[in-house]
Amino acid sequence: MGFVHRSRRGAELFLLLIALAVGIGAYAAVGLGVQGEIPVDILTYGGWLSALVLVCHVTLRFTAPYADPVLLPLVAALNGLGLAVIHRIDLARGRFDGGLAQQQLVWMTLGVGLFVATMVVVRDHRLLQRFTYTSALAALVLLLLPMVPGIGHSTLGANIWIKIGGMTFQPGEIAKVLLVITFAGYLVQHRDALALAGRRVLFVDLPRGRDLGPILAMWLVCIGILGVQKDLGSALLFFGLFLVLLYVSTERSGWLVVGGILFVVGATAAYTFFGHVQNRVRIWRDPMDYYQSLPGSGQLVDSMFGMAWGGLMGRGFGEGKPWLIPVVESDFIIAAIGEELGLTAVMALLLCYGLIVERALRTALICRDGFGKLLATGLGAVIALQVFVVIGGVTGLIPLTGLTTPFLSYGGSSLIANWIIVALLARVSDHARKPPPDLTPHAAPDDSESTQVVRLR
Amino acid sequence: MNKPIRTISVFCLLLFVALMANVTKLQVFDAPELAESKYNKRVIDEQFSRERGAILVGRDPVAQSVPVESRYEFQREYPQPRLYAHVTGRFNYYGSTGLERSQAEVLSGDDSRLFVNRVVDMLANRSPKGGNVELTIDAAAQKAAYDGLSALPGKVQGAVVAIEPKTGKVLAMVSLPSYDVNKLADHDLNNVNKVHDKLNADPTQPLVNRATQLRLPPGSTFKLVTAAAAMEYEGYSSTSQVPGGDTYQLPGTKGETGEIDNGGRSCGKKKVSFAQAMGQSCNTTFAQLAVEVGGKNMAKQATKFGFGKVYLDDLDQVESNFPADTDPAETGQTGIGQFEVAATPLQMAMVAAGIANDGVVMKPYLVDELSTPSLNVLDQNDPKELSRATSAKTAKQLTDLLVATVDSGTASPAAIRGVKVAGKTGTAQSGIDHVPPYAWFTSYAPAYDPEVAVAVMIQSADVDRGEVAGGKLGGPIAKAVMEAVINR
Repeated sequence: MGFVHRSRRGAELFLLLIALAVGIGAYAAVGLGVQGEIPVDILTYGGWLSALVLVCHVTLRFTAPYADPVLLPLVAALNGLGLAVIHRIDLARGRFDGGLAQQQLVWMTLGVGLFVATMVVVRDHRLLQRFTYTSALAALVLLLLPMVPGIGHSTLGANIWIKIGGMTFQPGEIAKVLLVITFAGYLVQHRDALALAGRRVLFVDLPRGRDLGPILAMWLVCIGILGVQKDLGSALLFFGLFLVLLYVSTERSGWLVVGGILFVVGATAAYTFFGHVQNRVRIWRDPMDYYQSLPGSGQLVDSMFGMAWGGLMGRGFGEGKPWLIPVVESDFIIAAIGEELGLTAVMALLLCYGLIVERALRTALICRDGFGKLLATGLGAVIALQVFVVIGGVTGLIPLTGLTTPFLSYGGSSLIANWIIVALLARVSDHARKPPPDLTPHAAPDDSESTQVVRLR
Repeated sequence: MNKPIRTISVFCLLLFVALMANVTKLQVFDAPELAESKYNKRVIDEQFSRERGAILVGRDPVAQSVPVESRYEFQREYPQPRLYAHVTGRFNYYGSTGLERSQAEVLSGDDSRLFVNRVVDMLANRSPKGGNVELTIDAAAQKAAYDGLSALPGKVQGAVVAIEPKTGKVLAMVSLPSYDVNKLADHDLNNVNKVHDKLNADPTQPLVNRATQLRLPPGSTFKLVTAAAAMEYEGYSSTSQVPGGDTYQLPGTKGETGEIDNGGRSCGKKKVSFAQAMGQSCNTTFAQLAVEVGGKNMAKQATKFGFGKVYLDDLDQVESNFPADTDPAETGQTGIGQFEVAATPLQMAMVAAGIANDGVVMKPYLVDELSTPSLNVLDQNDPKELSRATSAKTAKQLTDLLVATVDSGTASPAAIRGVKVAGKTGTAQSGIDHVPPYAWFTSYAPAYDPEVAVAVMIQSADVDRGEVAGGKLGGPIAKAVMEAVINR
């Protein structure tokens, strides 16, 4: 291994300043555009945002000096822009004091806290492999929580929230992270058995039941729960995640074929048996025809109207009518951005997400241990799939399923979960980019035959 | 595990490329289509909030946008709502009618001729302002028409159209009952809906512009067309003797249903002078003339005057009708404006105007001039010839007959002291029991140098059935309108 990564913390700091300029600049632009003046709290707001970002940066300097330097700035920019847009919608809806942006800032603070805690506690990601089964259990419990009477809370037809003391929370978001750990831990442990042992049935090498069984069962239960809760977006996400990790760990493209067939079968079954799935598909195919029906395409078409109204350059902050789009703060925030900041901004955001995914997969490529590879791949895939499902949904590319846009959408559970994902990615990337431990200090210099071959990939 | 990770990377790349392509399609290529959707509140709001140009009669606006403190920045206001309702039409959240619709491009400022203004507005960071539309309407004539119709007793249903024969300029256009357009331009959309529903359900149909959208049997005023056809195709002149008689049995009919009489007016024994036949509005004469001319040539003559054509660009217009392929008995009936003959008041005004203008029918128009928000002229409408209806000679002779009709015939109520007036009355059977006949009146003046041609149609008023007569009801209204134009 001739190449040694540099830590690049200085580059990260520079990029973070740009990210802060985006976030704070957007906040000022909202004030100028909507109220005609720079917000009076710009200093406290900007200061707070800068402090949060700097805390992350300093944490990385101390706990993971070799962590990927691009990851944190991307996340900071997205989160900052999201806050500004939520603030803009607050103003449009007449929430001048406090509002959702302030709550989101609290959630972000909490997210950053968890980021720091994760970096400090998880000094080596391989530690997490020990919790393969624990996190499986925890994920199941979290997924089941919304179905517990008393704390379960249903909004817009999906029973995926819990409500404790006035606070709503979507435990599935955290379960998402736990499932990545579970899948990665299990699959890395059983990958040889999965890949080698088994029978060949119709061109496909099927693994033995005892190797694949438990994780398959676990996965089926999750999908089942989500099916009952009518959370199609998350079900799709978990399915894709499982498939990706199975394929990466076994290196057998046959799994993609099997997965593809299963997807078609599952989708057909869901379409056949669930009325709400049929509605979604119908609405997706002819959104204009169902604008006024209930349940109809109102949300989707309003979102498309908004984005079309924005066009290439957008109307500018304060010049659009994002309040005409339902739940614009969460699922449809990309439509508000498309309307007021235009295609240009949407493209930039998609590039940011694409870069995050790219950094995650790059980390997976250079990572030296299987668990880390699977973990990074899984986390990257989660972000890619989630962005695809939600943005594809609100722009009419695929049928609409409710999910949040990572870091942009209003929502505490999502924000916290995503900050933890970033922390884990930073941890794995630090490990991957760190100069390899010197394994030859005691080798006798004259013994040319003793060169140890270490399989790094 | 690196090979599958690379595969996954490519897959993720494809996902993002798909997203980007789709968003581009949505925000760039589909955007124009989405902007046209009737559900798109943004586009409607934007149009509704804009400062539209004014519609002007002379120097006075009859429709204008005034700034208001509301969620829409401008309120459309109609200073004389009932007088001009059917001409301006209305502009509201749900759409527009009348000139508000046909001139929407100029009024909203989207017209390509206003491009420079738009650019200037954009550079000055002003919201774009629409151009103005100046009408051909003569305010005095319009008022005379409106007052004349309204003065009739009861809830009047009728219309008046006045045209400048030499140009086709519409000088007056009134339809009753009218309505308060301002109530339909309200920013309180609930109120607008309520008012609209009520107007829509009203059996007297106030929303219909009777001047251009309602066609009725024109009765005796159609005799102008019959007379023109007789001169053009059968060689009659104003001094000819024409067939007369107290009754006329339509060809191929027997008994009373096929018999035409003159309501007691004097129309000679077998022959009568053309002047007397026109002056007394002899049904027997014109039925026989039509039979002589024949259905085909009658239809040709009607078409030359504009029947069966759409010629008005500014407002919704229904075509007037002359039936095709009539048998001789039906042709006889068409000669006196019955059977399936149906004309709008605008059409009858054009018949009069065509004869007044030496037989040339001009294309009617309502928009005189378009101007920028700062009243610089953008475009001026030029008169256009629609068709030649009769020779100049025929037109001159018809005028002689019509002048005689006003001087000593049924059209005398339209006589103006010191001015030669040409006119013709009409009282048309509605063809429906219990519905009184329609009263018509067409005229122009001064007869040999015409400035104005008028058609008056009274569909119903609170008048005894026997009292309904074109001359008595319509004559004074036509006179008032002509005077308003001549004395301006």
